[in-house]
Amino acid sequence: MTSAKDTILGRIRQALVDVPETEAGPEAWRFRQRSTEDHSALLDRFTERARGYKVRVERATRAEAPARAARILAEAGLVRLALPADFPVDLAPEGFDLLRDDGLDNATIAACDGVLTTCACAIAETGTLVLDHGVGQGRRKLTLLPDYHLCFVEASAILGLVPEAVERMQPSVAAGRPLTFISGPSATSDIELNRVEGVHGPRTLVVVILDEAFPNETETH
Amino acid sequence: MSVDSPGIIVERAFPAAARDALRDSQLRRNIGKATNTIRAKRKAVVAEMPDWQDLRDAGYAIKRDTLRHLDRHLLALEASVTAAGGTVHWARDGEEANRMVGDILAGHQAKEVLKIKSLTTDEIGLNGALSARGIEPIETDLAEVIVQKGHDRSSHILVPAIHRNRAEIREIFKRELPDTEHLTDEPRDLADAARRYLRQKFLTVPYAISGANFAVAETGSVAIFESEGNGRMCLTLPRVLISIMGIEKVIPRWADMSAFLQLLPRSSTAERMNPYNSVWSGTRAGEGPEEFHLVLLDNGRSDVLADEPARDTLNCIRCSACLNICPVYERTGGRAYGSTYPGPIGAILTPQMNAPPSPADSLPFASSLCGACYEVCPVKIDIPRILVHLRGKVVAARGAKTALDGEALVMAAMARVFENPRLYALAHKAAAIGQVPFIRDGAIKSLPGPLAGWTAMRDLTPIAKQSFREWWKARDR
Repeated sequence: MTSAKDTILGRIRQALVDVPETEAGPEAWRFRQRSTEDHSALLDRFTERARGYKVRVERATRAEAPARAARILAEAGLVRLALPADFPVDLAPEGFDLLRDDGLDNATIAACDGVLTTCACAIAETGTLVLDHGVGQGRRKLTLLPDYHLCFVEASAILGLVPEAVERMQPSVAAGRPLTFISGPSATSDIELNRVEGVHGPRTLVVVILDEAFPNETETH
Repeated sequence: MSVDSPGIIVERAFPAAARDALRDSQLRRNIGKATNTIRAKRKAVVAEMPDWQDLRDAGYAIKRDTLRHLDRHLLALEASVTAAGGTVHWARDGEEANRMVGDILAGHQAKEVLKIKSLTTDEIGLNGALSARGIEPIETDLAEVIVQKGHDRSSHILVPAIHRNRAEIREIFKRELPDTEHLTDEPRDLADAARRYLRQKFLTVPYAISGANFAVAETGSVAIFESEGNGRMCLTLPRVLISIMGIEKVIPRWADMSAFLQLLPRSSTAERMNPYNSVWSGTRAGEGPEEFHLVLLDNGRSDVLADEPARDTLNCIRCSACLNICPVYERTGGRAYGSTYPGPIGAILTPQMNAPPSPADSLPFASSLCGACYEVCPVKIDIPRILVHLRGKVVAARGAKTALDGEALVMAAMARVFENPRLYALAHKAAAIGQVPFIRDGAIKSLPGPLAGWTAMRDLTPIAKQSFREWWKARDR
């Protein structure tokens, strides 16, 4: 008996008899591959676009970032925070019950008030964070189960356009790493098209941009 | 139609179903509001892209090229998914896919399985097939929860419960979900009730089923685009994950994603980017499911591929932009199309998946051919051209059967009259006089006998008392 695979491939080949054996592939894409904006404009654009999704965005130097994060987290009344096992030591805020993920079970992660991570890169045009779940970013569920996510983003990792991020992530994908693109908090518009934040993922998303060029700037949403 | 039967088997012709839908004024208001809102948002986020037409061209070129060498790309995908630790299954039709999925779950003694909203599983009636084997599918997308718990059908591929208002949703949740005695009808409260109910399920049910927005042949990566995070829950918490994709969802390279990551969100939810996109390849120690199955589903797609003028139908990335722009869909809503795939894309896809003669033969006629669907399609499917092609097929099939069809006779007679100026002038005079008994309020609303079909769906403007030729002659004098 013919296998389903052989049947389907046979049908496809039969359906495509009109297609020449060899033919040129698609022409080179004409859509934008690189942003022409300078980096400070990109940071501004990322900030504006992420805030458009109700993300709180702040900028701080790396040295100042943990204290800034601590203030934001304390204001929100958070106590117990999950961290990836390899989260950078110098970015960990003081004064919280920090739980490193050395294989925490789902219930323990879900019981945390929030989670701190870094990211692999970010996209200015769409206000998107991209995680390849490498160093400092944790397993996928770590940034999903707690209700509050604070992400540190290196200013140099903020790219202009979607194709730049896709290209940057090529080695990660080729290495079999999962990716998560995050654009604002979880949301739904399923009830009469009213937007409601945080159906299943974190209801609050905060970004602290690590930026040596703007040491004293404080912005709040 | 039963909610458990395959979602592409059309049981009623469009005109009859549409007449019922048009009588439901609540439905019409909701659909009208939804389509207008999303349409305006889409226009704004597309307008800010200086290279939108270049993106559409790229989306079209990638899809067209992939489909023209589909066998190669599917084999590459199978190899890369297998190398990444996944298992690939091939299913000729929905029944075979449903049996495979049921067997995998039965092998684990599964009693419940989580589900991410998936048109493909709706198309093959997977939920009904699993229920019949004692495995309860649990929809996790908020709208799908509303539809499933309301024992209802989707009315829009993007916002399936758009026909329900908040009061109805409250009633459904109070009846079906635990701890809802004090539930209000605030969207925030309703979403929270679903969150509480589903959080418990996410943390305890170790099996999940998803569709796939894209699968990358080069890397074996599967991508899911979503908003709520229920997708991420299903993709990361369970031990076993089964993804079902139509064979047309494969794309050759990871780099191709740069086009679709821009085209899909802006065309679909009309956002610059939807909240969450997940990409994964096979299985990975300590991260996500331990067991991953990818089911490649044909279910009529290779037949669509074989009809060259309609082949581009398979470019579809299920964004729903064509629904939101369509003047017919805006008035009838999705359920009148009787299929998982409503709107303009459904009007070309569904009839190709139903062997004629079928009530689905009426769908290519559910359009005014205004062309708006083609303008907004991110992968440039020329829907009007394919509609006309499919109409031709329907008429040809019917012509072979009933050569004495009233419409065909009238058309043939008209062709003779239009060829002869003298006959035309006589016919005009005769018609201008003969039509008088049928004019009501300046329009012809119903014609007698074999001509009744023409006016069942449209009013006719009466023929002028004086023809243009007569007026021109009189003017010269």
